[in-house]
Amino acid sequence: MKARVTVTLKPGVLDPQGKAIEGALKSLGVAGVASVRQGKVFDIEMEAADRAQVEAGLRAACEKLLANTVIENYRIDL
Amino acid sequence: MKTAVILFPGSNREGDMARALARATGRAPAVVWHAERDLPPGTDLVALPGGFSYGDYLRCGAIAGRAPIMDAVRAHAVRGGLALGVCNGFQILCESGLLPGVLMRNANLRFVCRMQHLRVERADTAFTRRYEKGQVIKVAIAHGEGNYEADDPTIERLEGEGLVAFRYCDGAGRLGGDANPNGSRNDIAGIYSEKKNVLGLMPHPENLIDPLVGGIDGRGLFESLAGAA
Repeated sequence: MKARVTVTLKPGVLDPQGKAIEGALKSLGVAGVASVRQGKVFDIEMEAADRAQVEAGLRAACEKLLANTVIENYRIDL
Repeated sequence: MKTAVILFPGSNREGDMARALARATGRAPAVVWHAERDLPPGTDLVALPGGFSYGDYLRCGAIAGRAPIMDAVRAHAVRGGLALGVCNGFQILCESGLLPGVLMRNANLRFVCRMQHLRVERADTAFTRRYEKGQVIKVAIAHGEGNYEADDPTIERLEGEGLVAFRYCDGAGRLGGDANPNGSRNDIAGIYSEKKNVLGLMPHPENLIDPLVGGIDGRGLFESLAGAA
């Protein structure tokens, strides 16, 4: 089963990279950019076919490694 | 005192760390590969050196923080054993849960490599007894992700329990402004664990042990440790 995990900074956590990208977009004249937050996307192929099992595995992956839950949130899409 | 330096793929300051430990303790540290599951018997102090473990992939220290040897380091720390993490080693201690908080990208997005003054916040720990409280020392910093961040309750706890080990300051010991090289909360350069047997710091005291390379203010830390066990 194919899955996508998205890891993003929690609201309120300073994101200097996002800020720099935001500045670059504005200086390129891209209209309408209010703010940018940078995150990470992981495309993961899971061996199990059972939805609940896959989700449990991915949750463990996020908690143990993919996200630092001090500063990041994660979202799992199957 | 028996010491061990953990070597991760991408560590690059292990030689400096080993030299500083050997000089202070009179005995070369064991160098332990990250894939090992045990520390040498009788290890008093484990040191995690600087570098770019796993190329800083995912997050600095994230993959090293989950390396096989880290279970042994964790058990060592729970027993009250001493652990020191410098720079990438500090990032690894945070990622492994041995210290709270996280080291984020420097606020100005630049890698900083320069000499830096630090204020010693307390001189009654195994790491700092050869310093004086409030003493200003000059050591080197070299990092791109040293911006210490934690949630408000954690910061309050660190401050309330006196767990801030070092703060960035200027030569006169003044905090804030340009003296803070990376945007760290409360100018935090290093912190202790609750029992003060684990210390993580971004600056490199191990590089300031020889007058030939600009100063010896780092010696105090290693001499403190050598006297601790």
